[in-house]
Amino acid sequence: SIGFAYLVKMLFYSYFKTLVGLQVTVELKNDLAITGLLHSVDQYLNIKLENTHVVDEVRYPHMKSVNNCFIRGSVVRYVQLPADGVDIDILHDATRREARGT
Amino acid sequence: MSGKDIGLEPLVDTTISVITNDGRNIVGVLRGFDQTTNLILDECHERVYSTKVGVEMLALGLYVIRGDNVAVVGELEDESDSQIDFNAIRAPPLKPITH
Repeated sequence: SIGFAYLVKMLFYSYFKTLVGLQVTVELKNDLAITGLLHSVDQYLNIKLENTHVVDEVRYPHMKSVNNCFIRGSVVRYVQLPADGVDIDILHDATRREARGT
Repeated sequence: MSGKDIGLEPLVDTTISVITNDGRNIVGVLRGFDQTTNLILDECHERVYSTKVGVEMLALGLYVIRGDNVAVVGELEDESDSQIDFNAIRAPPLKPITH
């Protein structure tokens, strides 16, 4: 069973699961930005990306030979999504349900 | 739904590149991990990036990295990595994670 603390975050976990396979850009709290295909996400909103490349490869050569990576949820600042990958209606419904506590 | 949905299971016994919260880059063989992303890294070394000189490699040995301090775990492609001329790379160090 899931602790109460996780219930609030269930919405984002469920939502990210619908985005698996799409191209996203994850910006970290140290300003590093990594682009890749969303492979998977877990309840901590840890993110696994495939076919990754760093957004500014010249400034950040630190991940040159990395094509797949695991990003700890706690260090994510933003997840940039494709504009057409977002179904606003589904998101609104889920948010309303979450707010009602169902 | 389990807590270990993703897991670093597929990366065990492979070479990984870790970016830590203080901006360091540690490369080594992943031997173990847990749900808080604590890592056991074997035969690891730190890659120190500089704007003045090439990449410096510091041998470390067998390390435990506490999950609190882990930002990114990347799967290192050995063929790709062996082709890099680290002496030619100039880059500022990564910034630390600030919450």
